[in-house]
Amino acid sequence: MKFFAFLSALALFVFFAMPGSARAVNLGKDITLDGFLQGNYSADTARANPDGDYFKLAEERVQLKLDANKDPFRVFVKGDFFHDWIAGRKFDSDLREGYFEYTSGKWGATVGRQIITWGVGDLVFINDVFPKDYDAFFSGRPLEYLKKGADAVKFGVYPDFASFDVVIIPFFTPNKYPSPDRFWLFNPMPQITNRPEVEPPVSLKNTEVALRAYRQVAGFDTSVYFYRGFYRQPYAATDNPLAPTRLNLTFPELSVYGASAQGSALGGVLSLEAGYYDSRQNENGTDPFLPNSQTRMLVGYQRQPWTDFTAEVQYYVEYMQHYSEYLANLPAGIPAVPRWNDLMSLRLVQMLRHQTLKLSWFMFYSPAVGDFMLNPEVKYNFTDSVWAAVGGNVFGGGNSASQFGQLARDNNTYVQVRYEF
Amino acid sequence: MKRFIFTLVIALLPASAFALSPGAQEIMTKSQAAFYYPGRDFKARMMMTLVSAGGQKRIRELTMLRKNFPGGNQKYFIYFFQPADVKDMTFMVYKYPDRNSDRWLYIPALNMVRRIAASDKRSSFVGSDFSYEDVSGRNVDEDTHTLVKEEKLGSKDCYVIKSVPKEADVEFGYKLSWIDKKTYLPLKEQYYDKRGQLLKVFTADEIKTVKGFPTITKRTMKNVQSGHSTQVIFEKADYNLGLPGNLFSERFLKQPPRKWIE
Repeated sequence: MKFFAFLSALALFVFFAMPGSARAVNLGKDITLDGFLQGNYSADTARANPDGDYFKLAEERVQLKLDANKDPFRVFVKGDFFHDWIAGRKFDSDLREGYFEYTSGKWGATVGRQIITWGVGDLVFINDVFPKDYDAFFSGRPLEYLKKGADAVKFGVYPDFASFDVVIIPFFTPNKYPSPDRFWLFNPMPQITNRPEVEPPVSLKNTEVALRAYRQVAGFDTSVYFYRGFYRQPYAATDNPLAPTRLNLTFPELSVYGASAQGSALGGVLSLEAGYYDSRQNENGTDPFLPNSQTRMLVGYQRQPWTDFTAEVQYYVEYMQHYSEYLANLPAGIPAVPRWNDLMSLRLVQMLRHQTLKLSWFMFYSPAVGDFMLNPEVKYNFTDSVWAAVGGNVFGGGNSASQFGQLARDNNTYVQVRYEF
Repeated sequence: MKRFIFTLVIALLPASAFALSPGAQEIMTKSQAAFYYPGRDFKARMMMTLVSAGGQKRIRELTMLRKNFPGGNQKYFIYFFQPADVKDMTFMVYKYPDRNSDRWLYIPALNMVRRIAASDKRSSFVGSDFSYEDVSGRNVDEDTHTLVKEEKLGSKDCYVIKSVPKEADVEFGYKLSWIDKKTYLPLKEQYYDKRGQLLKVFTADEIKTVKGFPTITKRTMKNVQSGHSTQVIFEKADYNLGLPGNLFSERFLKQPPRKWIE
């Protein structure tokens, strides 16, 4: 069955790739329609999924992008239609982005579902508090699927001395995490299967606000950030600590205060970012079921030692504010996280054959916990419109509860094939 | 600032104003000014065709905006129309004559602006046979220039200059340039590798005068060793449009103004 899926996708690609060089469709002067066809398959290499399947992912997907421009207005819609071969899911669709935009000299507004990316980290997010899809990231989708659209209104204000982004999000969107059907995940209370997830209801009080002010200072791109809203990762609380029957998954209140700077230094690009995570429902840190306030810091350095080769290293650290209170209240059976938790990353990219062949290596390693994630990938552009990538995700180290350690049985190897038009 | 203007003025004077042939360094300085700095600003819609040794073609269609700033500093803004996987991408360079450029890339699918390291100026520009330096100019002081001879190339009188890099961190051992005595544009360049074998050949295939500035509107770089070549055609070119200085900013990378890119 899976093999058939792959074959049919391949046939589809060959068919569409035949006409040769492709171009976006122009529907009149101000409207373009383009997109892609994609096959994306990810096979388990360690063992089968919890649901018995051997694929994290097996799907064919069409993306259509409609872009209509009439200065100063713009409408942009990006929609995916896909067929998923796993877990009996059939045809489905996903509105990735869809917004209306107005731009004038000194300000602009974007209303609707939009992808927003802030901060200077490479796959490490401190001040980028916007929705993400870690299921996509761990199962071998193209990187753009790590970001999810937020249903928001964004204002940009551009006086001469600095630029400002103001994002108002009335409708909460949680992060997407790997599903327990397809991923082996740490589960401290497997006997409790009743796990209602309660998102913050839509109200004026629950409306998220994110601000960014940015400008260049001494050749560095500098930003300051503020966010008031919610953690997008659910936290579990039992209804009754002595005889729990239910885990309530909630999204605790969060404020973030942060800053970043990025610029040329030491023969490369230096990145700095920091943020204070204020867990507003757990100010004194005594509730073990809610996140503790944290300070998060990142330093990154990118360099090009030789032609078409780029290396980037990052060191990220988070510090728990109320650690003794956390330890004192941690229930038995749940492994304690260290006060200082850290993460290193290394990205190596070599482009070859006139930048049609890309060899890349990405890894996360946490010195504090000892767990890691490796992601080697080879991507080749056959033509201007057809590319394919083959890669792997390898997890391990740490312990059964740590970020990557818990995924030790979820190693996978993936294929992405795309025809763009 | 003053020295820069002076350099430009010199570059615009006809060669006959000098009693003697100018020195090689001076010729190359004028050539740089004529090739990379004319006008206060510049806009070109370019079609790049990359042709592999086997004849397979790839297309890069883009608009390049350039603005001159005091001290020989320049800012570049590039918007990609084609191919599909880079459509709507924008790329920005702050070029400084005496240190590494600053480069930014905007990736629309992630709505993300990233700084990218720019220490290697010989890296290929978008996979073509042109390096970043070929697009925005190589600092004249990085090579030792000598006037080898003066000869006609076709019907045009040229200086032939040999340029030897002072540092060994480039892929060529030396370069011969045929500089038009009238316009100071390079009509041909031959790059030799470190063993002395011919590596790459640049030719100016068409020159048009736009708003008084002689402009190479069709050019080719061919790697004679690999057989790969790249042709660049300026479908439109214009100078002194009054590009605003704040165009070269993160805000406009994310929202490229159609007025300037089309």
